[in-house]
Amino acid sequence: MDVTPFIVLSAILFTIGCVGVLTRRNAIVVFMCVELMLNASNLALVTFSRANGNLEGQIAAFFVMVVAAAEVVVGLAIIMTIFRTRRSASVDDASLLKY
Amino acid sequence: MSNDFPWLSVLLFLPLVGAVAVMFLPKEGPLAKQVAFGVSLLTLALGIAIAIDYSPDGGTQFTENVEWIKSFGAHYALGVDGVGLTLVMLTVILAPVVILASWNDGDAGRWSPRAFFAWMLALEGLSIGVFAATDVFLFYVFFEATLIPVYFLVGGYGGPNRARAAVKFLLYSLAGGLIMLASVIGLYVESAKTDGGATYLVSELAKIDFGTDVGRWLFLGFFVAFAIKAPMFPVHTWLPDTTENATPGTSVLLVSVLDKIGTFGMIRFCLELFPEASRWATPVVVVLAVISIVYGALMAIGSDNIPRLIAYTSVSHFGFIVLGIFVMNSQGLSGANLYMFNHGLSTAALFLVTGFLISRRGSALISDFGGVEKVAPVLAGFFLVAGLSSLSLPGLSPFVSEFLVIVGAFVHSKVAAAFAVSGIVLAAIYILLMYQRTMTGPTREEVAGLPDLRPREVLALAPVLVLVVVLGFFPKPLLSIINPSVDHTLSKVDKHDPAPTVAESTPEGAHE
Amino acid sequence: MSLTPLHDAAAVPAVHPTDAGSLGVLLLLVIGLPALGAAVLLLGGRRTDKWGHLLGCATVIGSLVLSLVLFFDLLGKDAGERQLTQDTWTWFTAGSYKVTFDLLYDPLSAVFLLLITGVGSLIHVYSVGYMAHDERRRRFFGYLNLFVAAMLVLVLAGDYVGVFLGWEGVGLASYLLIGFWQHKPSAAAAAKKAFVINRVGDIGLSLGAALIFVTFGSTSFTVVSAASEHAGDGVLTAIGLLLLLAACGKSAQFPLQTWLLDAMEGPTPVSALIHAATMVTAGVYLIVRSNFIFSLTEDARTAVIVVGCITLLMGAIIGCAKDDIKKALAGSTMSQIGYMVLAAGLGPAGYAFAIFHLLTHGAFKANMFLGAGSVMHGMDDDVNMRHYGALQKAMPLTFATFAVGYLAIIGVPPFAGFWSKDKIIESAFADNFVVGLCALVGAGVTAFYMSRLMLLTFFTKKRWEKGVHPHESPNVMTWPLIGLAVLSAAGGLLLVNDWIVDWLTPVVGEHAEEHLSVSPLVMSLIALLVVALGVLVAWVFVGQRDVPREAPVKVSFVTRAARAELYGDAFNEEVIVKPGWSGVRGLAVFDRGFVDGIVEGTAASFAGISSRFRLAQNGFVRSYALALLAGAAMVLLALLAVNFS
Repeated sequence: MDVTPFIVLSAILFTIGCVGVLTRRNAIVVFMCVELMLNASNLALVTFSRANGNLEGQIAAFFVMVVAAAEVVVGLAIIMTIFRTRRSASVDDASLLKY
Repeated sequence: MSNDFPWLSVLLFLPLVGAVAVMFLPKEGPLAKQVAFGVSLLTLALGIAIAIDYSPDGGTQFTENVEWIKSFGAHYALGVDGVGLTLVMLTVILAPVVILASWNDGDAGRWSPRAFFAWMLALEGLSIGVFAATDVFLFYVFFEATLIPVYFLVGGYGGPNRARAAVKFLLYSLAGGLIMLASVIGLYVESAKTDGGATYLVSELAKIDFGTDVGRWLFLGFFVAFAIKAPMFPVHTWLPDTTENATPGTSVLLVSVLDKIGTFGMIRFCLELFPEASRWATPVVVVLAVISIVYGALMAIGSDNIPRLIAYTSVSHFGFIVLGIFVMNSQGLSGANLYMFNHGLSTAALFLVTGFLISRRGSALISDFGGVEKVAPVLAGFFLVAGLSSLSLPGLSPFVSEFLVIVGAFVHSKVAAAFAVSGIVLAAIYILLMYQRTMTGPTREEVAGLPDLRPREVLALAPVLVLVVVLGFFPKPLLSIINPSVDHTLSKVDKHDPAPTVAESTPEGAHE
Repeated sequence: MSLTPLHDAAAVPAVHPTDAGSLGVLLLLVIGLPALGAAVLLLGGRRTDKWGHLLGCATVIGSLVLSLVLFFDLLGKDAGERQLTQDTWTWFTAGSYKVTFDLLYDPLSAVFLLLITGVGSLIHVYSVGYMAHDERRRRFFGYLNLFVAAMLVLVLAGDYVGVFLGWEGVGLASYLLIGFWQHKPSAAAAAKKAFVINRVGDIGLSLGAALIFVTFGSTSFTVVSAASEHAGDGVLTAIGLLLLLAACGKSAQFPLQTWLLDAMEGPTPVSALIHAATMVTAGVYLIVRSNFIFSLTEDARTAVIVVGCITLLMGAIIGCAKDDIKKALAGSTMSQIGYMVLAAGLGPAGYAFAIFHLLTHGAFKANMFLGAGSVMHGMDDDVNMRHYGALQKAMPLTFATFAVGYLAIIGVPPFAGFWSKDKIIESAFADNFVVGLCALVGAGVTAFYMSRLMLLTFFTKKRWEKGVHPHESPNVMTWPLIGLAVLSAAGGLLLVNDWIVDWLTPVVGEHAEEHLSVSPLVMSLIALLVVALGVLVAWVFVGQRDVPREAPVKVSFVTRAARAELYGDAFNEEVIVKPGWSGVRGLAVFDRGFVDGIVEGTAASFAGISSRFRLAQNGFVRSYALALLAGAAMVLLALLAVNFS
């Protein structure tokens, strides 16, 4: 099986997510981009799992999903709280934790 | 006293337990002070009992030895020889004096007065530990632990820049301590190579020949730490900053007791563990000591701030002590050991009496005083006697030690002695200039209403000055326990006093 | 066991005392009484105000009685047995070095004991009247007692370090008494100056003692005197010069002379006792006591002579120009001590005469200082002689006693000073013509300035301030004057049959005969002629003219220099004090800026670097992410590099 297309797709998705995290201000979008990166790595893991014929990569992918799910729960809650108090979901506005 | 009973441990832990107990007493009210004073008196009584029981030429006594951390070869080992006992005595004598003199100094601090006295007791206990430890690892632990109480005493109570001064003191001392830690680890590594296995016991380490290179590196690690502690030029600058901002009582414990750890360590660890390296370093150390003497004195002359001035005089005096240690002859070493005790007394008196003066006027600047003698003659009298002891007037105890150091330095090198002796002129200038500018002349308006010394203050100072006078004429009690230890140290460094130039040609008279 | 002595000179007498036995207690008491007096008066506080002065006098008079008992006991012994020692206790030991407080009582100490307690007693009594109106009189007597005790320690100690104890003790007493009226800034400054300059001299004593220990293994007179002839020339000269430095400080000899004139800030009895009769002569005592060193070193003796000559001329010149009666007398003291130092420097030929002059000077100079005090007492504490004049009627007793002192100091026979000074001039000429000439010229100048002082004070016209009513002082002050006048007149009796010379022989060795080319009688006549010339000059230039109440401003360079004390102070100020202060200030900058600067700089640079790094923590999540990415990329690149290299 040729893994190249899957890997390329994974790389593209990861890059998109990465650029999104670096350039976007809206917390929700940044958050989505993080998810995109996680899924890109999941795709790579599953691909290699398939190519190698064992399940270890898939197990790792499950772990990533579980972590992502937990992250969504906590992360969204934080974003909601920030939005409520500051009336804005821009990550640049929440820069009090500096110096 | 039974020799099996751990008297030194009791002496060491009595103030420490007292410190904890004081923290459980009510925050306000005089009870905490009274208990702290009582504990320090009890410690003094025990210290005197130990000193009486000590037999002068019996080497290290009251030894205790319990294995502590086996894998390091570290022991909880205590014991005192003449030098250690002298300094333990200095500590237990000064603690009640300082507590009595600082009765109200803890009231305006950042924390409660009871904490002030608890820290003082803790400092007393830890200092005793430093002087009594006969295990390098234990010594190191106590050495670093003393920094904690001083940090809180300086940082919590005292002048406006106390926080900065406390940090400077802590970092400076820690830097020295870390350099010493490297040498302490080195001792472990080196001793592990010998047949006896890793050990930190001084008695065992003294038997090891470390070899030239290793010995010198280890020596340097210890010496730098002790030079900072002492303090010697050019690593002295933390002291004036600290005393300027500390309460007088803290300054006394710091300069009179804690700084002695530096010179004590030079004898106990530098000379006795690394004799070859000590002889190697002698020329440089002697030069640095002489510079300290002159430099400290000149800086004292130029100081307008009284605690800073006293700090610089101590730099000068420590120069004498280090000079006496490193000339490595009986006169120099006996003088240096005696000097440690006498300097403790005279500087304590000077810090305390000027502390009383400063707290009355609310200013530490010499230029803010004038004509105080007229309104407070008793204070002026105490000030003058303390000052005269600091300039080593014959008849007061520091003279004997300073004279012996000068003689010892002269035996070692005439040039060094000639430079060092200029310290006696400079000492007269800094003390009498300070006295002239604060006490004499027309009474200034601002000091016109100053009250004279109160009974409590007289009670705190008088014992110190009485001791200064008595030991000035009769220093034998101290010298009789110091001299055997000096002989021991000299045999360790393999140095012998040179014979007098013409002694062999005087058949009669020489031994009368 | 014994080496041949390195020196051919006649063996110096060894200090070889026998145990004092029962007399030892008296020796201890001689010191103990005034010491006890000082302790009671200084520690007792105001409780002792009422009877303090009486106790002060009693202790010193007690000491005088004991000194007399001791002296007559010594007189009854054979010359060879006149060295006694009293063991006390060991002061300190270190290695082989042992210093004890043992006392040494010999003919030299004996005459000093009489001088100190005798003159001391008279001055104590005088002070009762002089200080009657001072509210701190009790303290004054405490200090005086302290001084007497310390001075007695100085002359009784049997060890150089013991001498040092007394040496600094009298220095302390002098400091306290010069600054007794310390509310006056000038007094406080003078006191400090005296102490500090004395400390410069103490360098000599400290190092001298150290060198003596290194050489002889001990600093006790017994050991050193027994071994000194085995020591090398260089060492002996070095010891001699160091001791000379000490003597210069204490005895106000050139170049450490500047403190003495300022010391006149103290009350007049202090000037009489400490700065004329006793303490300032301690330097002479030290040199004579160390005869076992000085007799063996020609070079050090030459230095002593040079110092003596310079000072005796300097002091005399200063004395000529001062209008302050006490300062004129102080210049004279400098000059007279110069004579003693000169005599001591002559070695075995001069030791006895140095001590002889010291004793007579102690009497007549104390007499004149107390006389000056009596005059000041009557003149409302004015010290300016230009405001005196014609006081011989107002104060007949003071005038009479002062006149005896005057005749003694200028050397008119049969008064004491004639005998003692004449002997010094003779010995000086025997040693070296130039030295003799200095001594002779000094005698002439002495006659001039003392006559000037006499004329300005007791003769010429009244130049009193308004409202001043000179009166004779009370009996308690005049009786001591009479006592001292008697001593000044009769002091020459000590020379009958060369008694003083024989008396001191056990201490300083056989008196060396001088070889004078002219007979002593001719010499005395020449000296008298010079003195007469000095008096005549004074009579012409002072006695015959109107004395202006203000010192003339337009005067010759010499007068200006003499008024400025030959620029000794100006020299110290310009060469030592001012550069010293700049140096100290510079050092303070160096300490703050460089020594501490390195430490603070290290700390500050760490703080600076971290505050830069801190800026990276800017709070923007995106920049953190970028840093994360960069980090990950670097790790990746590093891995690639490792794997493909």
